[in-house]
Amino acid sequence: MTLLATNAQISAPRRARSRALTRFLSNRGAVAGACVIALILTMAILAPLITRYDPNTTNFLAIRKPPSLAYWLGTDELGRDLFARMLYGARASLMAGVISVSIAIAIGLPIGLVAGYYGGLVDMVISRCTEALLACPFLILAIALAAFLGPSLANAMVAIGLAAMPIFVRLTRGQVISVKAEDYVEGARAIGLPHHVILIRHVLPNVIAPVIVQATLATASAIIAEASLSFLGLGQQPPSPSWGSMLNTAKNFIEQAPWMSLWPGLAIFLVVLAFNLMGDGLRDALDPRRS
Amino acid sequence: MLEMIARRLLVALPTLILVSIFVFGLQKLLPGDPVLVIAGEERDPQVLAYLRELYRFDDPIPLQYWAWIKQVVQGNFGASLRTGASVSALIVQKLPVTLQLAAFAMIFALGIGIPLGVFAATRKGTWVDSAVSTLALSGLSIPNFWLGIILILIVSVNFRLLPASGFVSLWEDPWRALQTMIMPAFVLGNALAATIMRHTRSSMLEVLSQDYVRTARAKGLLEPAVVWKHAFRNALIPVVSIATLLFGELMAGAVLTEQIFSIPGFGKLIVDGVFNRDYSVVQGVVLCVAVGFIAMNLLADILYVIVNPRLRGTR
Repeated sequence: MTLLATNAQISAPRRARSRALTRFLSNRGAVAGACVIALILTMAILAPLITRYDPNTTNFLAIRKPPSLAYWLGTDELGRDLFARMLYGARASLMAGVISVSIAIAIGLPIGLVAGYYGGLVDMVISRCTEALLACPFLILAIALAAFLGPSLANAMVAIGLAAMPIFVRLTRGQVISVKAEDYVEGARAIGLPHHVILIRHVLPNVIAPVIVQATLATASAIIAEASLSFLGLGQQPPSPSWGSMLNTAKNFIEQAPWMSLWPGLAIFLVVLAFNLMGDGLRDALDPRRS
Repeated sequence: MLEMIARRLLVALPTLILVSIFVFGLQKLLPGDPVLVIAGEERDPQVLAYLRELYRFDDPIPLQYWAWIKQVVQGNFGASLRTGASVSALIVQKLPVTLQLAAFAMIFALGIGIPLGVFAATRKGTWVDSAVSTLALSGLSIPNFWLGIILILIVSVNFRLLPASGFVSLWEDPWRALQTMIMPAFVLGNALAATIMRHTRSSMLEVLSQDYVRTARAKGLLEPAVVWKHAFRNALIPVVSIATLLFGELMAGAVLTEQIFSIPGFGKLIVDGVFNRDYSVVQGVVLCVAVGFIAMNLLADILYVIVNPRLRGTR
């Protein structure tokens, strides 16, 4: 009898998980998105093995060469190979996306958990602060934060992470409030479990799905935000490449070397589209009621 | 109705105060001695002492905030550190430029987004629906500053059809204004069009499944009458309030759009402020945008009640 009960307990979430996986895999767009992300991630990691060029080595004999067999994507205004810069730039862009969203979750998730779970005055103060932060548009807040922190890739990530954080607070809080009323949380409280155990073992696992979906979509926005900040000169500093900073220089050579503008933008578009497709797919897979 | 507006205003007040505290707090993020950072190359002790006095850096932080907010409430955001111009005057001067751009972008976004959304919803599950949805997702994923660069390359550099940059006020020369606005409005409006299309589609789908739509069809009304007279009007309600809430995105997008097309508006003001380390300008712009956003939120709430009679009397 006890054995049966335990088995049922274990298999129920597992079955739900495999059902979600099946739903995700049957969504062609989402799978394509995941594949594109995996491919670009691999290329970024293996960059030194894929290209023999160094992204920062200038060559004054090969200034602004159009794409050719020697330089697959052409060269820039200092004769640097654009393919190499694209590969190493992918590292900056992907890293910025993942790290800034991690910062946003690391701060936003616990605050949202506490606000939703404890309610009362704590909740009121946190909610008001979140609302005030959300009143500043994401990118403008990120620009302002980056401006005051000083221009660098690391500061841009912090700025984007902080600017994206309130969304996670609000999302988690809302989820916690709906989960809190469930019988199993009531039960956990009735048997005298301490609050932090209830929060981490019973509430957290049940609010995490929408947070994962939001994280995927937020990564897409964070990559665009990093590109925007770097484009404005507030992110990655020269000579290190990032897709946004490459576009920043490219816009000055739009007539002489249009290919310089083409590749970084295409890459941003592709990666962001991939994250958006994957996020939509995850949402449909994890929350079938919404689709 | 009036009571509801009053209550919303009252709720917005603490948010406004918190926003002002955050904007003030930005200054405290400056690494090292803020006076040295603000002064830049300038090392004249007299100037440094003046700046320290001006910003009251030696006072406790709450007192500094109080001194700052007293000025801000009177519409005084301080003076630009580089040019000496009053920040409020700069904002008043640049605002109409950005508003013109934003209005054009919004007209474009609504003009494209709403019909496409209705179109996709009435053909749910067909290839038209997936094509429109894919288009919308692409619109959301394309970095708008890149779109601007590519447009300049094709339209202005290759075909020489439209000017690549500059700004002309609609009141001075409407024809020139239209020419300079087409590309920026498209660049700024395309992500909004995608958002509006997605909301229109889902709102239409919901309305089309309602009983009164089935009744309208059962009466033998023609499909266009059902869609446009019965469903569309009701589906528009949430779309109207979403469009109001897109104000924030409009302002954020304007920063990059103005940068690319060299339009002397709000966005250019904040970027120039950032690079000249003109922090009072940055603070002024951020605060204005946030206040504008809160005002638009209020407007959205009020509009929602006006267009949806069922909500009157409640709340």
